[in-house]
Amino acid sequence: MRGVLTRLVSAALVVWAAATCAFLVLQLIPGDPVYAIVGSDALVSEEQHERIRAEYGLDQPLVVQYLRYVARLATFRFGDSYQLQQPVATVLADQLWPTVQLALAATALAPLLAVLVTVATSGRRNWPRRVSAAVELVVVSTPSFWLGIMLLTIFSFRLGWLPVSETGGVASLVLPTITLALPIAAVLSQVMREGLLAALDQPFAVTARARGVPETAVRYRHALRHSALPALTMAGWFTGTLLGGAVIVENVFARPGIGRVTLQAVGDRDLPVVQGVVALSAVVFVAVSVLVDLLYAVVDPRLRRRTGVQAI
Amino acid sequence: MSLVEATDLNVRFASGRVHAVRDASVRLEPGRCLALVGESGSGKSALARSLLGLAGPTATVTAGELRVAGQDAQGFGPREWRRVRGRHIGLVSQDALVALDPLRPIGAEITESLLAHRTVPRNRARERVVGLLTRVGVPDPEERARQYVHQLSGGLRQRALIASAIAAEPGILIADEPTTALDAAVQARVLALLNELKEQGTGLLLISHDLAVVEALADEVAVMRHGVIVETGPADRVLDDPRHAYTKELLAAVPGGRPRTNPARPSEGAPLLDVTGVVKRFAGRTAVAGVGFTLRPGETLGLVGESGSGKTTLARVVLGLARPDEGTVLLDGEPWSGVPERARRARRHTIQLVPQDPLSAVDPRWPVARIVGEALAATGVPRAERADRTVVLLERVGLSADLLDRRPAALSGGQRQRVAIARALAPEPRLLVCDEPVSALDVSVQAQVLDLLRRLQEELGLATLFISHDLAVVREVCDRVMVMKDGVVVESGPVEDVFAGPAHPYTKSLLDAVPRRARTTREPAQERL
Repeated sequence: MRGVLTRLVSAALVVWAAATCAFLVLQLIPGDPVYAIVGSDALVSEEQHERIRAEYGLDQPLVVQYLRYVARLATFRFGDSYQLQQPVATVLADQLWPTVQLALAATALAPLLAVLVTVATSGRRNWPRRVSAAVELVVVSTPSFWLGIMLLTIFSFRLGWLPVSETGGVASLVLPTITLALPIAAVLSQVMREGLLAALDQPFAVTARARGVPETAVRYRHALRHSALPALTMAGWFTGTLLGGAVIVENVFARPGIGRVTLQAVGDRDLPVVQGVVALSAVVFVAVSVLVDLLYAVVDPRLRRRTGVQAI
Repeated sequence: MSLVEATDLNVRFASGRVHAVRDASVRLEPGRCLALVGESGSGKSALARSLLGLAGPTATVTAGELRVAGQDAQGFGPREWRRVRGRHIGLVSQDALVALDPLRPIGAEITESLLAHRTVPRNRARERVVGLLTRVGVPDPEERARQYVHQLSGGLRQRALIASAIAAEPGILIADEPTTALDAAVQARVLALLNELKEQGTGLLLISHDLAVVEALADEVAVMRHGVIVETGPADRVLDDPRHAYTKELLAAVPGGRPRTNPARPSEGAPLLDVTGVVKRFAGRTAVAGVGFTLRPGETLGLVGESGSGKTTLARVVLGLARPDEGTVLLDGEPWSGVPERARRARRHTIQLVPQDPLSAVDPRWPVARIVGEALAATGVPRAERADRTVVLLERVGLSADLLDRRPAALSGGQRQRVAIARALAPEPRLLVCDEPVSALDVSVQAQVLDLLRRLQEELGLATLFISHDLAVVREVCDRVMVMKDGVVVESGPVEDVFAGPAHPYTKSLLDAVPRRARTTREPAQERL
């Protein structure tokens, strides 16, 4: 019970810290937010200008603006988008599902790819490891927008197998998911292979071999689970990459979603939307870290007593 | 009929550059125990592993003859080796905490052995696991089968490991240092279990550096050095009448087999350390429940007890690393416990620690010069003098200045412990706390480090609190001994008195549990003294 309370308090602190950073950073962007609200080309009279400033509370001292902003956040009111003339909550809610679809698909695909590559390349022979390490390095170093464009060029324009942009069907999800999942899978498989090889050198692996267990079974039954522990530690990075990757992938593939809204909002200086996205990301991060802590206990029985999770 | 027979066995690593085993010949028979004795790095484990085809991917194994379970193992591929492993030869390694998969329940580990050779149909595996755990003496087998290694005590863990090794009923069991990580009492019980298996007809290949363990189990002994079996023969003959110089050296190094040095000097003057009524609790558990003792300059006090008895907690209180909940510690007549750190810092150099495992107690990236230099710097030795002082300290602990640039990984176990002692001496302490200082070392190295500690005590007049679970070591170096159980001192007194006539039943059980080298007392070398 106390653990849950501590978690909630620390989650609130994380969201608050993220929101404060976002507020401060957005103050550093040059330019008058009034133009962001009315559009930069519009001619605004001095009187109108003052009216808009008063309406959005921009005439108040920074501290007051900040406190109002925090108060709104605490009551889950993110205000209205400057550009879309809709409540931020509505904007985000509308765009949430396509992004969640993409993120879930990538979350399923990346570990799957990583596990397959890890097991396939951790054998006695060295060369599959070298080849895969080289491929992983190339994939990790490739900017994902370029990766997306290459995939589009080959599979959509050249071969015509998959649609170019969002059509609502499953087929249109394939290329964006691959674009998002590949770099993550590359890093994960590097980490997991490292962990798997380390586990295969452990005394328990020798014990298992001495029982007459085949090498592949030593790998699947014993070592793979050990290699999952360092991979789980990467979950924070994983979440960040998913969110950041969504911005790029949604734009390359012209998909609706939070990423697209974010890029647009930043470009247009639509501050309430940006702040809403930051708060949402912070909540996602906190949720993921809770989930990962639970997963740790599932994978490693030694951690169960502390978290109170029962054996599975 | 021998189940395993190897003649002229050679094991080479790293494309022949390391010749780990040279022309060794071994024979393993049902119901007999062959012990391989030698120091770490002598090739014992490489020899044993090669009999399982598990010497490693970089090893090259050649032999005049290598027969396992009646087949010529030299032509074995992976498939044939798998049929042999577990089914004809089982392996019990050191420290079950890491030798069993920590992420799987022990029942699953034992089941794996059963199913690997399909000796038991899957639906009856559970029942067999319970049977095996019962056989190796694990209480509540059904519940234990669902537990993980970290939830079991050291003895139960080792039993579970043995159960998983004998699950497919191999004729031969390789026991590689099977009791090294265990307390004396637990060790005795595990040895009894191995002995029982032997009597039931299992052939044992015992690997150990502990001659007392060897004597408890072995029918035959093979002494290995630098990959060569230098002496082999019936256990009685080799241990009583060693012929090879190296065997004699090993036997002479066994603690307890050597004469005790200086009888307790009558120490005078005020006590250096005065501990009264110390109590320390952790989250509802009382680790130390009212312990008091004094330690005079030049005196060595042994602190004996099994793991969990509160020895280490008491040491932490003495070192000023833990604050006692009750009681006081006086250092040189002045308050030591319960005073603010600022008041203590200037006197901290007076007490220094010699750790159990120096490899984990020093920064692995630092060379020796920096490890010792840091301790000198902490006591305010000017930078210019540190290099010279370091060399003097190294000489004092018997190390040459050539080692200054070596990193800990490039040192042997004994050299590492000497560096740790040099570091402890750097601040010119008056009291050393030695926490199991030799338990990680081979016997002959152990003897050298103990000699060093004794010499230092005499030369520098150091008081020593010597923590150990090895009674033979305590008997050899200590003036007085204190036996701890469940946080309480159950017996204390001069070493001779306590060892000759233990008053408390717990002390008796501890002394009984030690696999004793009874014969060493009859050693001619000693009778001449």
